[in-house]
Amino acid sequence: MSVAKPRGATNTALGLNAFVVYLFFYAPILLLVLFSFSDDNIVGRWGGFTLDWYRDFGENDEVQSALSVSVRVAIISTLISVVLGTMAALALERFRFRGERVFDALLYLPVIIPDVTMAVMMLIFFTSLDDLIGLQVTKGFSTITLSHVAFSISFVSIVVRARLAGMNQTLEEAAQDLYATRWQAFRHVTFPQIMPGIAGGALLALTLSLDDVVITQFVAGPGSTTLPVYVFGLIRRGVTPLINAVSVVMLGASITLVLLSLLAQRARGGSDPVA
Amino acid sequence: MTALATPEFEAANEKQKRRRGLLLALPSYLYLIVFFAFPLLIVVLYSFATRNRFGGTDLSGWNLDSYARLGEPIVRTILFRSLGLAILTTLICLLLAYPFAYFLATRGSTIRNVMLVFVMIPFWSNFLVRNYAWRVLLGNDGPFSQLTEFLGFGETRVLFTPTAVVIGLVYGFLPFMILPLYAAIERIDGRVLEASRDLYANGWQTFRHVLWPLSRSGVIAGSILVFVPSLGAYVTPEILGGAKTTLLGSYIVSQFLEARNWPAGAAVSFVLMTVMLGATLVYFRSGGRNL
Amino acid sequence: MTAAVEISDVTKRFGDVVAVDNIDLTIADGEFFAMLGPSGCGKTTTLRMIAGLDFPTEGSLKIFGDEVGTLPPNKRPVNTVFQNYALFPHMSVLDNVSFGLRMQKVDKATAAARAKESIELVQLGGYEKRRPNQLSGGQQQRVALARALVNEPKVLLLDEPLGALDLKLRQEMQGELKSLQRDLGVSFVFVTHDQEEALTMSDRIAVMNEGKLLQVGSPEEIYERPANRFVADFIGQTNLIEGTVADETTIVLTNGARVAAPSDHAAGTAVALSLRPERATLTPAGAVEAADGRTSVDGVIAGVTYLGNALVYDVALDWMTIEVREENRPAGDRPSPGDRVAVSWTTSDASVVV
Ligand SMILES: Nc1ncnc2c1ncn2[C@@H]1O[C@H](COP(=O)(O)OP(=O)(O)OP(=O)(O)O)[C@@H](O)[C@H]1O
Ligand SMILES: [Mg+2]
Repeated sequence: MSVAKPRGATNTALGLNAFVVYLFFYAPILLLVLFSFSDDNIVGRWGGFTLDWYRDFGENDEVQSALSVSVRVAIISTLISVVLGTMAALALERFRFRGERVFDALLYLPVIIPDVTMAVMMLIFFTSLDDLIGLQVTKGFSTITLSHVAFSISFVSIVVRARLAGMNQTLEEAAQDLYATRWQAFRHVTFPQIMPGIAGGALLALTLSLDDVVITQFVAGPGSTTLPVYVFGLIRRGVTPLINAVSVVMLGASITLVLLSLLAQRARGGSDPVA
Repeated sequence: MTALATPEFEAANEKQKRRRGLLLALPSYLYLIVFFAFPLLIVVLYSFATRNRFGGTDLSGWNLDSYARLGEPIVRTILFRSLGLAILTTLICLLLAYPFAYFLATRGSTIRNVMLVFVMIPFWSNFLVRNYAWRVLLGNDGPFSQLTEFLGFGETRVLFTPTAVVIGLVYGFLPFMILPLYAAIERIDGRVLEASRDLYANGWQTFRHVLWPLSRSGVIAGSILVFVPSLGAYVTPEILGGAKTTLLGSYIVSQFLEARNWPAGAAVSFVLMTVMLGATLVYFRSGGRNL
Repeated sequence: MTAAVEISDVTKRFGDVVAVDNIDLTIADGEFFAMLGPSGCGKTTTLRMIAGLDFPTEGSLKIFGDEVGTLPPNKRPVNTVFQNYALFPHMSVLDNVSFGLRMQKVDKATAAARAKESIELVQLGGYEKRRPNQLSGGQQQRVALARALVNEPKVLLLDEPLGALDLKLRQEMQGELKSLQRDLGVSFVFVTHDQEEALTMSDRIAVMNEGKLLQVGSPEEIYERPANRFVADFIGQTNLIEGTVADETTIVLTNGARVAAPSDHAAGTAVALSLRPERATLTPAGAVEAADGRTSVDGVIAGVTYLGNALVYDVALDWMTIEVREENRPAGDRPSPGDRVAVSWTTSDASVVV
């Protein structure tokens, strides 16, 4: 316990502010959920309970195909970036090597760079591959996945690095002193120790991939686009109850992911939920 | 097998360790060079290129025309509008988040953890969906308008105005302000506040001279984490803003997808990126450690 | 008999820092060997080189006659008890202790059985399933010990193993470690900051400073016949009385007094007489005449410190202040500040150091 609880009017005012913040956070989400069950063609008007919009969601082929692209891109890009990002974190936390500083800086850039810039970069890159090396790239599943990996590696490596930095390096030496080879020391000591970091990084990569609109929009091709990009296109044409239902499903997926990870953390003895 | 240690062995061993490190870094290093550094380089190149009559780009006759366009009134207006909205968003977030973080930091650990979880949920929730929720809420005849009408303020038309954009941005990035502020305030040793009161400071003076300076790192971190994505925002203004609230992000996208002036779009993206790098450097300079 | 550890001309440099500077050291089989020295003097580095966690820059390092200088740690028959134990937090006590055996491909059942034995040995029977964070500091220390000993190392290395324990527990563990070492007959190489710990536990002590080995010897040798001022001052309390060698049997103190003190330094060498406070005798001025072989200097009591079981007097001489330590006695019977006294000692009470 650090700072003492304020008293009287100050405390009340602070409490009121907290209440307003939570209202601000949750009112829109809850209303959205509510209206997704509303039997009215006009979004935001209550017309009795219905599940029709969810049935539409299940039967709409375009939504289903976008959903499947989203899920596949998210899983594959997460797998790749978790492996690459973890290796990068290990290299930077545990080794000195030539080009280390450049690599470190390069690894930070995708975190800082605005989505729009990154989107532009990827678009020009994939387009100019043809001009430069005569490689014709069809925009679609693979270009989306490649782009998502390009930003996810950095996020994974930052989270895993934080975990590695907090880990006592003597543990690895102790393992080697106890007859473990370098690989065994990693397998039995380092890896289990940084597992929460890797899981956190994976969750972040998954969320970022499922969240991304701008970059994907630039590198997606006709016929293969992700759910957020598809929904974004729909929204720009106007709100519909179908979008409500799709949104609630997406929301449910993110919240489930977070809650699962929080539970897993609780089970492990729990560190802070931020990283 | 002789295992006598020599300086040569030590050097070779050191070298091998370095090689191992490089090998471990290599896959992601190469990946980032090919799929990040190289594309970045091409964007910079494009920003100096010329748009040809067919909407393509001629990679020759390098010039600064695209950067000169930044001085044109239309672009300048968009630039200042984006800056203004980003600053406004940051300030509102700070005003809401500071007391919130302070409140959070002064609760018992159980309440605190529960409160934190309920900050984390919007933080991790799908960004597009959260913006869409406001579109529904603020729509004409939507729940918000109905509420104001019911309260006797009459119909409100907020959607497609800068106000709606700021609401959306604050909504999207508020957790980025709360979390570093909370971390900074939570770290403060409560006894220094008591010491301040003991030395005749009133509540405001204690805040001004003790609490605020000690939580500065959190203020800076939070401000940058909100300001940077607000400045480059694209989704929020597209969903909640109107034709008169074009921001930098939308401008860049339109240069690529509609106007087909890639050099202009590349130049603006590059400038945007430089601003953000600058902001981030300020953060690191001021003692921030992690994003 | 081959030495357990034989270090010859070993130097370790980290860039420009010379952590260990050309040391020679032999540790016998079954010996309790302590390494003592101020912070940063190279104790840990020496230990890590024996363990294989660092390789010497140059020199020879043998374990039971085999040159091992560049052998990785997992191929050396030595084990380490680390400074803050370095227990694996994600493993139970049993898994921690059986780790070394499992890595050596000992079959699971045997490994578990031997680990249990080892856990019993350190009196932690019943704690097998606990995680390290569910143990007290002393218990963690025992797990670290069991985890190393279960591998039957030929040499056990301990880096300040008792440093994190409170005084009471520390004294208890000192006794246990000592008897464990005696029962097992394995050499223990023990790094410590605490000179009292080194004196009470070890067969021999090495004193290091700034990467150099200053003296190796039994606790008594180190305490009674320190090789130089640094050792004299670092181990226990001492008065360093400056002087110059006159001949083989005499030195001249700063005040001109000639004192009987045998040394083998050349005449004219600047030396100091190291006189332990408890070896000096305090008498009222003029009560005792300087007898044969007894040196006496006059002074005035400047202060008295009450230690409970002892009293320490600061005696101001003309040119310096000397500490004298005596057993406590009734208040009326003590000299008090301002009293004129004589401080005396015999030749064998003091030693000459450079
Ligand atoms: N990996 C390293 N890189 C650079 N310098 C090092 C390294 N390890 C040790 N040193 C330096 O070598 C010297 C000896 O260090 P060492 O750890 O052996 O001291 P120590 O006697 O164990 O000290 P302490 O009692 O504080 O543990 C120190 O000056 C230290 O800074
Ligand atoms: Mg040490």
